[in-house]
Amino acid sequence: MTQRITIDPITRLEGHGKIEIFLDDRGDVANTYFQIPELRGFERFCVGRPVEEMPLLTNRICGVCPEAHHMAAAKAADAVYHVDPPPTAKMLRELLYSAFYVTDHATHFYALGGPDFVMGPDAPVAERNILGVIHKVGLEIGGKVIQARKAGHTVIEMIGGRKVHPCTSIPGGLTKGITEEQRKEIEELGRWAVEFGQFSLKLFDDIVLANKAYVDLIVGDIYTHHTYYMGMVDGNNKVNFYDGKVRVVDPDGKEFVKYAPEDYTQVIAEHVEPWTYLKFPYLKKVGWKGFVDGIDSGVYCATPLSRLNAADGMATPLAQAAYERFYSTLGGKPVHQRLATHWARLIELLYAAERWVELATNPEITSPNFRTIPTATPTEGIGIVEAPRGTLTHHYVTDERGVLTKVNLIVGTTNNYAPISMSIKKAASSLIKHGVIVNEGLLNMVEMAFRAYDPCFGCATHSLPGQMPLQVTVHDANGNTVETLKQNC
Amino acid sequence: MSANPKPKFAMYWAASCGGCEIAVLNIHEKILDVDASFDVVFWPVAMDAKYKDVEAMEDGSILLTLFNGGIRNEENEHIAKLLRKKTKILVAFGSCANEGCIPGLANLGDSREIVHTAFNTISTDNPHEIYPMTSYDVPEGEIHIPRILPILKTLDQVVDVDYYMPGCPPESHQIAAVIDLVIQVLQGKAELPPKGSVIGAGNSTVCDECQRTRNIKSIKSFTRIWAIAQDPALCLLEQGIPCNGPATRSGCDARCPTAGAQCIGCYGPAEGVVDYGARLISSFASVIDSNDPAEIDQILDGIVDPAGQFYRFNLAGSLLKAGVPAWKKEQA
Repeated sequence: MTQRITIDPITRLEGHGKIEIFLDDRGDVANTYFQIPELRGFERFCVGRPVEEMPLLTNRICGVCPEAHHMAAAKAADAVYHVDPPPTAKMLRELLYSAFYVTDHATHFYALGGPDFVMGPDAPVAERNILGVIHKVGLEIGGKVIQARKAGHTVIEMIGGRKVHPCTSIPGGLTKGITEEQRKEIEELGRWAVEFGQFSLKLFDDIVLANKAYVDLIVGDIYTHHTYYMGMVDGNNKVNFYDGKVRVVDPDGKEFVKYAPEDYTQVIAEHVEPWTYLKFPYLKKVGWKGFVDGIDSGVYCATPLSRLNAADGMATPLAQAAYERFYSTLGGKPVHQRLATHWARLIELLYAAERWVELATNPEITSPNFRTIPTATPTEGIGIVEAPRGTLTHHYVTDERGVLTKVNLIVGTTNNYAPISMSIKKAASSLIKHGVIVNEGLLNMVEMAFRAYDPCFGCATHSLPGQMPLQVTVHDANGNTVETLKQNC
Repeated sequence: MSANPKPKFAMYWAASCGGCEIAVLNIHEKILDVDASFDVVFWPVAMDAKYKDVEAMEDGSILLTLFNGGIRNEENEHIAKLLRKKTKILVAFGSCANEGCIPGLANLGDSREIVHTAFNTISTDNPHEIYPMTSYDVPEGEIHIPRILPILKTLDQVVDVDYYMPGCPPESHQIAAVIDLVIQVLQGKAELPPKGSVIGAGNSTVCDECQRTRNIKSIKSFTRIWAIAQDPALCLLEQGIPCNGPATRSGCDARCPTAGAQCIGCYGPAEGVVDYGARLISSFASVIDSNDPAEIDQILDGIVDPAGQFYRFNLAGSLLKAGVPAWKKEQA
């Protein structure tokens, strides 16, 4: 008799998700399915809207990372209007984005992924949360986390006009600049954020790296996968979140491809399955071979760990030192252990804080030249940024009035749908064995497999299939489709 | 459990973006007051608890539930009904739960078009035209995903709602004020407003909070925000930029116009407004400086997307609710 375990809703991820685990006669894992139960339909209902509204509309794909959609949409809208914003506009956008990275990575580490480590995966359910973390590590550290989020949102509001769902990026630049007084405050907050970044890495050292059980968990096989890795890099192949080319390395760490945004369809394709509302992106030239590791499988990963693996280093000194220590501790590049993503995230947090100060101290940042008024006829444009949860691609086509006729979005978390599914299956198979009683702590260790990716299914569920067509697909023993029966689709 | 258990608090997201949760976290230090005053029993973004834990609770045992997100699928509807049963004070929290928000624009189209768009984009590899199915036989058994409803609904189109807190998302200072009020009510120092009230917002329009000056009362053309060098002190509508301030409820401190961006209407209809779009159309009509029908048509052509302009956040909650194809499916 096949036994079934359902985890619904999986918690401490942003958005919705459901895991089905099937056990065989012996009580071992036969298979797992990570299903996304929801879709909203942005690719359809944004058609007909003016393209300059996309930085506002697509914010509502995800309220956790609206800044990422705001930036990708703004860059795609710039491209639609064939306009290159002035350097001050680009710097202001990147400054907002750097402050956002600090607050977002802090939220994940302390509130979402961190409780598993700080409280321990077996801690009682009621304590495995941000309030539990504050109770355990002390109000003083809780206060620092709150301060970090506050600092980030202060900058987001100053440049973006609002704390959540910024509103100032338009084709050609921004609706406003910043004053010298604001710049000073931003710089001061940034210097504090650099200290907070160093503090967080130290905390990771003290709580996680100093605990042998946690280190064994990180470097053990349960949470390890050998896949391709993706991340945006600058001209020197250093990590960049706002602009550059997207680089992909293979499971041995060798460059597989480096592409400009306009070439993304040559590199990425999306696989579909009938049991979930979300698609599975993969590397087109390698091909979709199913939920498997290795150099012959097109599955890639786009996370903080992936970005570090895909780049040659960090562009700021403190983050670069942390980067070097990361790889020397974990035995060189690339690192395949998914739980190391939590550490990589803190290195990125430090980089973002250093970049924040760099940009805030650039003399051009207060220049009133923050806009170029578009003059060309709008056509088509692609904008890519690194969202905290992966490479984010917005692709728009408009009519001659700049009204959208086609929209395609490949969002951060979606990139990682296949690897997350694989991680869940592997963790479940390793942890649930014949005779083991399934308890909450154990299921939480399965959830930890995906929490490392910081998945955000608010983002991923941007499209909506509507009323369900029926379809029966008949597979032969090799998994090949031999017949497809359809109704109402 | 202590002798005097703290009142229970829940927060849930249906079809939403998570911004409401972030707005709650953005009350910063005040989140510790929530911890001190409430027993947080269900909040999927922040803590571990499952649907079965909620199902096991006594009816009416949760004092306060902040429900955000629209009702997009069967699961959203099921949880809305479950939380209604378990909750004394149910708040429609944020634009999605109040009026549908941006995802409500899906109601303009037919769901089949939406299927074909999403699963046949330029990057999608779908030669066998596979689409998601609510139940599917995998080798190990049957697995399910919820059915998507023909139209996105607001919370009060599905269950009885006690209070309405608008905004996309609600401003954090407004959230903090509402939490303070509830804590005072618990301490017997204040009373709750009448059932059905809008809380955490103003009772006038965004224009009333906007610091920009209004001089002339008429315009000869609409323009696009990217197309002109803006006067940072003058009313955006007077500069021809279609700003939704005149029809939109106050409470945000006119944040977007202050930052040089037009109000897009996220706080929903102003006090007393029956239909948001109708109010905005009449507001725009009143500033058009012409009596010549041909010229008026030309001026109106400057609004390139009337459906989006007038019902951007409010379609699902408006008198219209949906376009004809979606509405027919809902009726069927």
